[in-house]
Amino acid sequence: MSRHETTPPVSTTIHLRPVEEPSLETDSAAATQAVARILGDRCAGGEVIGLVGMLGSGKTCFVKGLAEGLGVASEKVSSPTFALIHEYEGRLPLCHVDLYRLNALDALHGLGLEEYTESGGITVIEWADKAPAVLPSHHLLIRFEPLEGDRRRLAFSPHGSRYELLVAELLARWAGHRMDPR
Amino acid sequence: MRNAGMSRYASRRFLFRPMILGIETSCDETAASVASNEGVVLSDIVRSQADHARYGGVVPELAGRRHIEVIDEVVREALSRARIEVEDLTGVAVTAGPGLVGALLVGLAYGKAVAYARKIPLVPVNHLDGHMSAAQLCPDPVTPPFVALIASGGHTNLYAVRAWESCELLGRTLDDAAGEAFDKAAKMLGLAYPGGPIIDRLARHGNSDRVKLPRPYPSREDLNFSFSGLKTSLLYHLRDLKAAGAAPVLEDVAAAFEKAIVTVLVEKTLAAAKRTGIRDVVVTGGVAANSLLRSLFKLCGPQAGVKVHIPSLHYCTDNAAMIAVAGARLARAGQSAGLDCEPRPGWSLGEA
Repeated sequence: MSRHETTPPVSTTIHLRPVEEPSLETDSAAATQAVARILGDRCAGGEVIGLVGMLGSGKTCFVKGLAEGLGVASEKVSSPTFALIHEYEGRLPLCHVDLYRLNALDALHGLGLEEYTESGGITVIEWADKAPAVLPSHHLLIRFEPLEGDRRRLAFSPHGSRYELLVAELLARWAGHRMDPR
Repeated sequence: MRNAGMSRYASRRFLFRPMILGIETSCDETAASVASNEGVVLSDIVRSQADHARYGGVVPELAGRRHIEVIDEVVREALSRARIEVEDLTGVAVTAGPGLVGALLVGLAYGKAVAYARKIPLVPVNHLDGHMSAAQLCPDPVTPPFVALIASGGHTNLYAVRAWESCELLGRTLDDAAGEAFDKAAKMLGLAYPGGPIIDRLARHGNSDRVKLPRPYPSREDLNFSFSGLKTSLLYHLRDLKAAGAAPVLEDVAAAFEKAIVTVLVEKTLAAAKRTGIRDVVVTGGVAANSLLRSLFKLCGPQAGVKVHIPSLHYCTDNAAMIAVAGARLARAGQSAGLDCEPRPGWSLGEA
């Protein structure tokens, strides 16, 4: 059983959140996109990022920012709910997966996700909680929690030292960005 | 029986003319159709993949497998309804993209087999080109120039089709497709899948003024759409109600949500007509089934000096007749592909 499967569901995280779980808060869709842009900029290739959160919590918005960080115009990024997979060519290839319409686990064999997650590109998977088995043992899981108004809490669960480093770097840069947004 | 067979054979020989087989397997539907070279539809069979409803959506591997199970039957039925044999075909048109690769592969492989066996041309067709070609299947067939709105679960695109071979993408959704927005709103309201028809039905009994939702305009200047912010507004609305201990009035929420989407679709489509100076508009895709969309277009089109054409419901949703008709046109223009042609899951149309 991998670690993320034992993390508490979103609705109870306020009380049961492990103290060491890194997180940050954004106050607008633009800010969420800016966080993702920093992350995209730091990606070196081969990263697998799972996104978890309810409808309207900012997942696709996050992918738009991630794409920008990888040198893909954000207008090119749209929801892959229907097509299941969108691919974009940036500094590194970005594979944008959406498992929203999936319920049956064995269906994933037809998607060929391993081909993407084992390639040198970046794979970002919306609704990753629909099929946790699709994530490799090392990955970054981000949970989106709507707070009051437009505020969102982004909680990061890095699995593997590479992702722990990536998250630490992201949080440091985000703190710097907020002090001095370009 | 024997007589019937004889007369069928006789009429076939007597009426011999070029016939195109159209095959569509890009997503949920397995469909086959026979059309004459001039675009007259002789048969049109659509088999929906009912299993998906049970799974709450499309299951890719299942989609491929179900297509394999039924495609032969669907094609045979299309041929027999058109009262022709496979030997009578002069071309095969197949959707090559965009869509699910596993699903596209099935139709393409079948089409290749027919093309190879009969030594007839294989014509790959873009699914979106197929939707636009439904313009020819309207009660009053339309030829370019026209503005086309394709709004479905997977696409929300606005095109200027100045000639069949030159269409320009004027605008598209920057996030969710219109049909997807309906489905997701239905999910948030605890309604069933697919959400579009359910919201449409509820909205008829609701008052859209009782629920404040923003009009989804990413920009007044361009012709792009954005429905994800509307989804977030609905999330907030439901959250506020819950906090206040109230339950949403489903009819009113459905009416407000539907009005927000439909208004922007109609306004931007008519703006596209005005901007391009084109006087004919074709509205297609699954969302064209929405009753408010249909009536608003019929009302506002004439006011804007634009003639609005909406194909019958069957030709708005995924079908193979539109692929056969598009294929016939492409074949007349001399287009065909080799047997090594591959599915193109991300095939875009009319992008600069």
